[in-house]
Amino acid sequence: MKVLVPVKRVVDFNVKVRVRPDGSGVDTANVKMSMNPFDEIAVEEAVRLKEKAIVTEIIAVSCGITACQETLRTALAMGADRAILVESTVELQPLAVAKLLKAIVDKEAPQLVILGKQAIDDDANQVGQMLAALLGWPQATFASKIDITEEGGQKRATVKREIDGGLETLAMNLPAIITTDLRLNEPRYATLPNIMKAKKKVLDIIKPDALGVDVTPRLATLKVVEPPRRKGGGKVADAKELVAKLRNEAKVI
Amino acid sequence: MTALVIAEHDHGALKSATLHTVAAAQKLGGDIHVLVAGHNAGGAAQAAASIAGVAKVLHADAAHLASQTAENLALLATSLAAPYYHFFLPATGFGKNAAPRIAALLDVAQVSDIIGVEAPDTFVRPIYAGNAFATVQSKDLKIVVTVRSTGFDAAPSTGGNAAIESVAAPADVAQVQVLGQELTKSDRPELTNARVVISGGRGLQNGENFKMLEALADKLNAAIGASRAAVDAGYVPNDYQVGQTGKIVAPDLYIAIGISGAIQHLAGMKDSKVIVAINKDAEAPIFQIADYGLVGDLFEIVPQLIAELG
Ligand SMILES: Cc1cc2nc3c(=O)[nH]c(=O)nc-3n(C[C@H](O)[C@H](O)[C@H](O)COP(=O)(O)OP(=O)(O)OC[C@H]3O[C@@H](n4cnc5c(N)ncnc54)[C@H](O)[C@@H]3O)c2cc1C
Ligand SMILES: Nc1ncnc2c1ncn2[C@@H]1O[C@H](COP(=O)(O)O)[C@@H](O)[C@H]1O
Repeated sequence: MKVLVPVKRVVDFNVKVRVRPDGSGVDTANVKMSMNPFDEIAVEEAVRLKEKAIVTEIIAVSCGITACQETLRTALAMGADRAILVESTVELQPLAVAKLLKAIVDKEAPQLVILGKQAIDDDANQVGQMLAALLGWPQATFASKIDITEEGGQKRATVKREIDGGLETLAMNLPAIITTDLRLNEPRYATLPNIMKAKKKVLDIIKPDALGVDVTPRLATLKVVEPPRRKGGGKVADAKELVAKLRNEAKVI
Repeated sequence: MTALVIAEHDHGALKSATLHTVAAAQKLGGDIHVLVAGHNAGGAAQAAASIAGVAKVLHADAAHLASQTAENLALLATSLAAPYYHFFLPATGFGKNAAPRIAALLDVAQVSDIIGVEAPDTFVRPIYAGNAFATVQSKDLKIVVTVRSTGFDAAPSTGGNAAIESVAAPADVAQVQVLGQELTKSDRPELTNARVVISGGRGLQNGENFKMLEALADKLNAAIGASRAAVDAGYVPNDYQVGQTGKIVAPDLYIAIGISGAIQHLAGMKDSKVIVAINKDAEAPIFQIADYGLVGDLFEIVPQLIAELG
């Protein structure tokens, strides 16, 4: 079966972003960009399913500017078989991304789409669930373990997922949507030979128009500001002073 | 304009996040209806009717709503959608799972994790792990919102006397089977609710050492949290994780022990009223946001603290 893995190009998780002084957004010029960490986990999971011969083909998809090709090459170097860039310079919001991905799913007919649970730039945590709704497929969000089985030609996913009080186990027939949580796996690093090989893999480019999707933003960003800064840096000498300060100064105990 | 709040509950009672979500909806200035979808959830419906400021409770009761799957919940919510502009859910595991499914079925945008309401169509939300606050305005005819509890004081759970109206649930889509849950058992206050939170990081070295934090937590009636590193290393269960991709907390007192202060961790706790950090590395970034930093070995300091608290 085919699996589709959407991957987003985001500011690297180690970078502390700066808000532009004019309040129009955050500075992303000359900042290190990487694949969204949750999407690395999604690619890794797909590659492991292929190594177990459950998956036959992995297609990585990214929606965004030309530079997203780098993110797709990373996915190819990790083990994806081919890649699709849905190229657009418009700001793509989660609903638009979900619609683009639905159009790709309609063309490619994968049995499984594995996404990250959340992009660490917009922190939206929406696209996977939206895609599931648009397709009318079941969803297993925040997965920490995935098992795929087959009985009488029907493939089935059993997914352990992280919930606020602990863990929950779901079972569903494929096709389905799964979103990854951090503990699902430890993504591999792309090796140099695989990075070289990835350069030769197919990377198709399509435009939202060709997919018949209107990507006009639904939300206008009116302003972006720095959060209030916390005045920290106070020190105490020992446990005794700490307890005294918490009691008499901060009055929190 | 009436807002529909979709309640998080365990059938018998409401989760506290629902009260914070109602409080956020109250900022819109219109009427508030609360949807309680469950099985034998009369207790939760009653509790919703008692919240001050709630005008009506919609109660959907069906066996297939017992596990509150996003698939069935989204169908139910959209079947009731016509009179509503706003759909408010808590930004908890429950709300994050279901809300986008509702938004997509309605073909409207969702605003995640709001911490402020500027106007009925305009909200403030953190982005980039809380390193920026964005003010966004919806151009859609309806809007789905998830509410970060720490952004709004809880609505009073008593004082209301709303009518409870039964509503029919659409047929079970039966796409997902819930095989079971493994819930972390604890007698402590809930992490997202506690007045005091004590979190441990990689500096604790193992799960056994976390027991030391238990003794401290006993003294302060505190909840216990953790950094992702501590969770990853298996010292404590996943639902202890505080941070950008874990739980968001803002207690009166947050004590970070053996935690370096990565931006992803700070994102989950930096709105706490008072922050204490205990770390042997004087350069650890956690000290930059701590009101009271104590540089030293946690294995010496924590027992001293327990003794001081008497
Ligand atoms: C996509 C993504 C999402 C993430 N989400 C989260 C999240 O939600 N929450 C989160 O917490 N992290 C998250 N992280 C991980 C984060 O980047 C850090 O790796 C993590 O927070 C570090 O945990 P730590 O501070 O316990 O460990 P470390 O950074 O290893 O720090 C351990 C600290 O303990 C101190 N120490 C050691 N021994 C002692 C001692 N005996 N006495 C006193 N101090 C001692 C050390 O000086 C050090 O400062 C995420 C990462 C990614 C990539
Ligand atoms: N522009 C994009 N291109 C490809 N995949 C995306 C894009 N935006 C979001 N995704 C996928 O959707 C997941 C959740 O993103 P979000 O809902 O924006 O937090 C990500 O982890 C990706 O798997």
